[in-house]
Amino acid sequence: MTAMIDITDAGKTFTMHLQGGIELPVVRGVTFRVNPGECVVLSGPSGAGKSSILKMIFGNYRCDSGRIGIRHPGQVVDLATAEPRQVLNIRRSTIGYVSQFLRAVPRVASIDVVAEPLIVNGMSRTDAQARAGELLHRLNIPERLWQLPPATFSGGEQQRVNIARGFISDLPILLLDEPTASLDAVNRAVVVELVAEKKRQGVAMVAIVHDDEIRHLIADRIVDVTSFAAAA
Amino acid sequence: MADQNLLENDEPLLVARSLSKSFGRINACRDVSFSLYPGEVLAIVGESGSGKSTLLQMLSGQLAPSAGQVSYRMRDGVTRDLASLGEAERRFLFRTDWGFVHQDPAQGLRMAVSAGANVGERLMAVGWNHYGRIRDTASDWLTRVEIDTARIDDAPRTYSGGMRQRLQIARNLVTEPRLVFMDEPTGGLDVSVQARLLDLLRSLVAELNLAVVIVTHDLAVARLLSHRVMVMKGGRVIETGLTDQVLDDPREPYTQLLVSSILPP
Repeated sequence: MTAMIDITDAGKTFTMHLQGGIELPVVRGVTFRVNPGECVVLSGPSGAGKSSILKMIFGNYRCDSGRIGIRHPGQVVDLATAEPRQVLNIRRSTIGYVSQFLRAVPRVASIDVVAEPLIVNGMSRTDAQARAGELLHRLNIPERLWQLPPATFSGGEQQRVNIARGFISDLPILLLDEPTASLDAVNRAVVVELVAEKKRQGVAMVAIVHDDEIRHLIADRIVDVTSFAAAA
Repeated sequence: MADQNLLENDEPLLVARSLSKSFGRINACRDVSFSLYPGEVLAIVGESGSGKSTLLQMLSGQLAPSAGQVSYRMRDGVTRDLASLGEAERRFLFRTDWGFVHQDPAQGLRMAVSAGANVGERLMAVGWNHYGRIRDTASDWLTRVEIDTARIDDAPRTYSGGMRQRLQIARNLVTEPRLVFMDEPTGGLDVSVQARLLDLLRSLVAELNLAVVIVTHDLAVARLLSHRVMVMKGGRVIETGLTDQVLDDPREPYTQLLVSSILPP
């Protein structure tokens, strides 16, 4: 089986110029693969570099070394060396990312925040909003909130809007950074269901989950990040 | 839609090659090169005096470079060196295929004539002559930029700062340009007015698949609007990349300083 994500020997160090040029090694030798329909959970204590690895796969953090192979229609692209335009194309049609916190534009209604990834890919606003509505409904966001911008919502509600936005597209790779952190049991169960559906559709996922129970429910394989700890 | 077109149009719209400008002994801008594609938003960030406005003026053909070249792919598909265009051609480009949004709306508007005329004037410049159609289109555009059409006959000097800026945007976009230059478009506005304007700009840019070069010192503006960022210091581009890469993982000392100077919201 051809992996969707194939990371080889990737490394990342921050150089803090404002702190006298301190070198802050984050990870080195990161090597693992993720196949279609598989959910790999990154484990390790806080600060071990889990989120950094996710951001490297999304092209948000630049790699200093190594290779991040991403299967993108027709070819395998090394995200570590891809041009900005190519990274944007990969994000539009291949990799989705559910961040820990929602970063939304001030005045946009929640339903449009969720529908946007579909509209960007050419779906009509009406169809996209219908799908967004279904997801918001499943995630127990009451319909009276759909037209409001998420900025005024509670942490849990914002996270559910964020999850809906991340899960709405049919992208073959999905990165999940603590998707259940601020959710109650009912909504955690919905997220577990959504992840299972994505697996059946053949989506490759990399997730960070601290909750042992959730991790047990969604992980097909666990990659221990401490083995990639960069020697300080 | 914007990003889809970004994929399909593989010819750059605007190309800068080794642009430099010196004023006497001062090098305002040194050796800047980049390509801008249709639908792509490029933010040029840096402090006052970093050369970003000089660069914008060269890119938009308002200032001749001391060295280097700017070329633009015209509507007929032919890429032309800006320096080779005649004055009339350059002005036509400015009235049709390009827009320029100034920080101070008074520079981009005619303050004493009505809002409708400000928008309609650009249409007349490209040959529209049916009064009713011009007025209808102007009125549509006022609605798109959230200006009450009851104010169509009022002059912009009676408008608030935020309304003036939105009117300037309508005036620029009415001819459906492919490339818009923006110089600190939210610069002089209150924070709440800024948010509204940014949100409006963001949706218009995506809807119309505009290519934009935006000069700003405000990294929040760059994050919200742009795909790519160029950081300038002392006339040079010191760092460039995807906007979220540069802002979340800045490499150069000066970029790290800029990013760490943002006040938390």
